[in-house]
Amino acid sequence: MHNPQLNKHGELQHLLTIDGLPRDVITAILDTAAPFTEVAEREVKKLPLLRGKSIFNLFFENSTRTRTTFEIAAKRLSADVVNLNVSTSSTAKGESLLDTVDNLCAMQADMFVVRHAASGAPFLIAQHLLATGRDHIHVVNAGDGRHAHPTQGLLDMYTIRHYKRDFTNLTVAIVGDVLHSRVARSQISALTTLGVPEVRVIGPKTLLPTEVERMGVRVFHDIREGLKGVDVVMMLRLQNERMNGALLPTPQEYYKVWGLTAEKLALAKPDAIVMHPGPMNRGVEIDSSVADGTQAVILPQVTFGIAVRMAVMSMLAGQQGSNK
Amino acid sequence: MQKLDAEALFQTLVEQMRPHVTPDTALVGIHTGGVWLAERLHQALGLKQPPGSIDVSFYRDDFGSKGLHPQPKRTEIPFDVEGAHVIIVDDVLYTGRTTRAAINELFDFGRPARVDLAVLVDRGGRELPIAARYCALTLPQPLPASQNLQLETDAAGALTLRLIDA
Repeated sequence: MHNPQLNKHGELQHLLTIDGLPRDVITAILDTAAPFTEVAEREVKKLPLLRGKSIFNLFFENSTRTRTTFEIAAKRLSADVVNLNVSTSSTAKGESLLDTVDNLCAMQADMFVVRHAASGAPFLIAQHLLATGRDHIHVVNAGDGRHAHPTQGLLDMYTIRHYKRDFTNLTVAIVGDVLHSRVARSQISALTTLGVPEVRVIGPKTLLPTEVERMGVRVFHDIREGLKGVDVVMMLRLQNERMNGALLPTPQEYYKVWGLTAEKLALAKPDAIVMHPGPMNRGVEIDSSVADGTQAVILPQVTFGIAVRMAVMSMLAGQQGSNK
Repeated sequence: MQKLDAEALFQTLVEQMRPHVTPDTALVGIHTGGVWLAERLHQALGLKQPPGSIDVSFYRDDFGSKGLHPQPKRTEIPFDVEGAHVIIVDDVLYTGRTTRAAINELFDFGRPARVDLAVLVDRGGRELPIAARYCALTLPQPLPASQNLQLETDAAGALTLRLIDA
């Protein structure tokens, strides 16, 4: 099947999901991100790569960290960044998603960074651009519904590679609310594509998607059992805002059973790292002593996220369209 | 074209530079050939500052037409550029565009007191007003665009120059 993210030369045209991305493309993104990390230490924290390009941050759903890191990444590449908080603008007046896109294309947009509560919205935009012959404009998915959050998945892979070097001898546990998590889906795709031999998913039955095993993971409903001997613990945020119905008793109850405490973390390998995509609910899915502890790499994840987004945006902007 | 002896050219370059450097002079090699050359020059000239390295991928002027160079290397400037005497080192000087990019990148680390350029071979074909202060060999006839002159190194660090079809 044609992968809508790649042009006919197999180069990245849009970044919509990690699912289906070839391993060499993922590795190329991580390799490209590495030299970008050093820019933060310069006197002038700017590279001229995207000078004159206009990048529109289209956030149909609130986000501070993701939008900010995309904005910083684009600015460090010298692009002009326009932030649209669409939830409070034209859409509220009834404009359709594709009409908004068409209007921004008329303002000479070069790239859209899109977050949307509906799964597939960035894909819809990419298809629309292709169908209307505007394939020089690129789309980056910054999180769509429950579907995917590819740059988060990629920055997590960058973080794991930074601390663990090699993926092919790791046991990685993803813990918590997998059901509502687009981050978890991107992580699982990336980890399996990069050759991690054992990916574990740990959570209560009500917060795991049905047939999650089919994604190639081992499922644990007992966190102590699941954490035994793992190299990497990837915590997920409990997504209260996406829950309807009684999936959970109370946050306190959740913490007691599923919260990552120092005592539970001690079951993992002594050099295991703890990751969290943020924002953290301290005292719900993670204890403060772990979040601030020596094994946590949660803040480095944020820093690496800027470099990974710089890599993605500059690789995309370097492609001149699928008809090149 | 006559066979080029890279090691002999290297010695010529060392002797050209020696009267003009002080222990505080800093070298910055351009990836990849220039980095090998800078390391060798650093030893031969007995400089104090550790040599830096620049990958100009992020500063190239053909990004708009060619995209990002695959697998860019890390730029590392391990000394304070502010007020330093810096010599940019490259294996072959051609259009001058790489040198232009390297100078731009260097200035994002601070304001050097002086910047010079040292190359093993000037192959002609300049497209920018750039000249090397130190140059071991200027080819009498510019190389045609269909050919590339490339520096190579073996495990022991010995340098060779190879002519390949672009």
